[in-house]
Amino acid sequence: MGTPARPTKEENMSLLEITNLHATVGEREILKGIDLTVGPGEVHAIMGPNGSGKSTLAQVLAGRELYAVTEGSVTYDGKDLLAMPPEDRAREGIFLAFQYPVEIPGVSNQYFLKAALNTMRKHRGLPELDAMDFLDLIRGKIELMEMESSLLNRAVNAGFSGGEKKRNEIFQMAVLEPRLAILDETDSGLDIDALKLVAHGVNSLRSADRSMIVVTHYQRLLDYIVPDFVHVLSDGRIVKSGGKDLALELERNGYAGLGIADEEEAVGKV
Amino acid sequence: MTAVAEQTGAWLESFANQRPAAEWLRKVREAGFERFAELGFPTTHDEEWRFTNVARIARTNFQVAQAELTVRVPEGVEEIDPGAAGVDLGRFAAGGNAFAALNTAFLDRVTVLRVPRGAVIEGAIEIGYEVGPDSQAVAGESPAPPSTSPTAVHPRTVILVGANAQCSIVETYKGQGQYFTNAVTEIVAGEGAVVNHYKVQQEDRDAFHVATLAASLGRSANFSTTSISLGGALVRNDVSAVLSEGTEATLNGLYLVNGSQHVDNHTVIDHAKPHGTSHELYKGILDGKASAVFNGRIMVRKDAQKTDSKQTNKNLVLSDEAVIDTKPELQIFADDVRCTHGATIGQLDAEALFYLQSRGIGREDARNLLTYAFAQDIIDRIKIQTLRETLERSLFEKFHERPR
Repeated sequence: MGTPARPTKEENMSLLEITNLHATVGEREILKGIDLTVGPGEVHAIMGPNGSGKSTLAQVLAGRELYAVTEGSVTYDGKDLLAMPPEDRAREGIFLAFQYPVEIPGVSNQYFLKAALNTMRKHRGLPELDAMDFLDLIRGKIELMEMESSLLNRAVNAGFSGGEKKRNEIFQMAVLEPRLAILDETDSGLDIDALKLVAHGVNSLRSADRSMIVVTHYQRLLDYIVPDFVHVLSDGRIVKSGGKDLALELERNGYAGLGIADEEEAVGKV
Repeated sequence: MTAVAEQTGAWLESFANQRPAAEWLRKVREAGFERFAELGFPTTHDEEWRFTNVARIARTNFQVAQAELTVRVPEGVEEIDPGAAGVDLGRFAAGGNAFAALNTAFLDRVTVLRVPRGAVIEGAIEIGYEVGPDSQAVAGESPAPPSTSPTAVHPRTVILVGANAQCSIVETYKGQGQYFTNAVTEIVAGEGAVVNHYKVQQEDRDAFHVATLAASLGRSANFSTTSISLGGALVRNDVSAVLSEGTEATLNGLYLVNGSQHVDNHTVIDHAKPHGTSHELYKGILDGKASAVFNGRIMVRKDAQKTDSKQTNKNLVLSDEAVIDTKPELQIFADDVRCTHGATIGQLDAEALFYLQSRGIGREDARNLLTYAFAQDIIDRIKIQTLRETLERSLFEKFHERPR
């Protein structure tokens, strides 16, 4: 497909550099040579039909062992990302908002988040927070996400509605303050009000030193989280890259307009 | 019979050398020993003992001793004489439980507590048995030889709870070195009594522990017992509860084993009368080459209509070499009852592990957190805060020893 005309901000400033990334699950190759560069503060949308490899890319970046990287490299902040276990990636500032947040009965949301935050603070050479300081810190973020504070005392995601789970992901992101946030279909299963709320949360976390990769099937999320760049993934490769207008083009013409088969053919359609 | 004779021979000598006792107690002991000599130690040919081989106990030449006893009796609870009327220490000897018969043969200091009718006891009754290097041998004239011969203790506890009385009981077992604890505890709860019982077994990793808990529950009584098994090389718990009309019984258990530990939990819930309710939840965490057995029998007798019974056994297996045998046994003779049972054996959820790691929590910590979470609902049901906190600490330590 040739070299995408990717508008670059500045050279040698990239936070994330993915080169020729191949990944398999079992015998099946899912990622077939991904190249992607993300600079500080940039928001990149990754779009594509089901099965194109969007979620796999998100999970590979976060370190899911289910996938084996067979070729290529990923450099994050100058370091070899693929050599790090998932917890080190998180401590270095990578955050994955899960498409399907996992329920963990028996572990309270608050305990979990405090433990997570403190491991990161420790990693950054900051003192650990006690329960009181922690509550002070999260108060505003609970309000931001309009979370019921009772959710804090419940087990992680256990019995949460779909919307509550997604909100909880962005709430965690707000608390953990990552340098690179990867949102994996954070819009899926959300009604328009919940979508706006989640997008508002995400937008309030945009900053010059926080990059984002927003993985989505549908264009609608990008009405609310406006990306700097849009990439279209098909069959494990990025087949087209452009600015935010590319998402609008997809909305008009669908993936088929790019010659990509999509069983749902639902881009931009309500 | 020769095998039995060989096994009981060594015990006979100890039996004959016991500290002398009052006439009534001597008779109880004799009946106990006779029964034990008839039964002998069970073998794995015995259905009830298929997965638990007590040959190591049978072969060891134990020296009979006395565990160090700590009793905390809250206000309102009476400590009464074991020879008093209404205490039948001999009844266990009559049954088919060889260990209970053996315990009866070696009765010495017996703890009998009574909660008077209608009394509501504040604070828990605490009964602790500890076997240490200083545990006194109780052989008649000859003082304990300074040998390293392992000791056997046979603690007996009886708690009589009067009608409409309420109390909670914490039994703890611990010690150091190689020894054998063979405990029998009997709880009799009167009509409408509310009894919460907890047993915490933290024996030495070289110790043998066999314990029988028998609960006899009156009409509309509400009884719960929680058995926590952390220590011991070879552990067998027999818990039985006989329910009356409208009785509610809860049998919970948590067993954590690693290394080469073996824990066997056998429970019997006997719905003898109508309208009884029983809940049973046993959870096990197995690591290393450890093994565990859960065998839960629920009997619903012909008269016990409207019985509602639920049994669950869940196991978390952390290694490839650990083994769990789980078996429900429902014997239902009434036709208008609700009985459910279920058993699960699983591993740590890989997705949950990844989720925790993706938030910066280290792999080992994530494993420990999920393992702990698995045990959490048993711990949460413990109503005594100090005990809950102590156990939380013990569990935390246990997860961190993890020999690989």
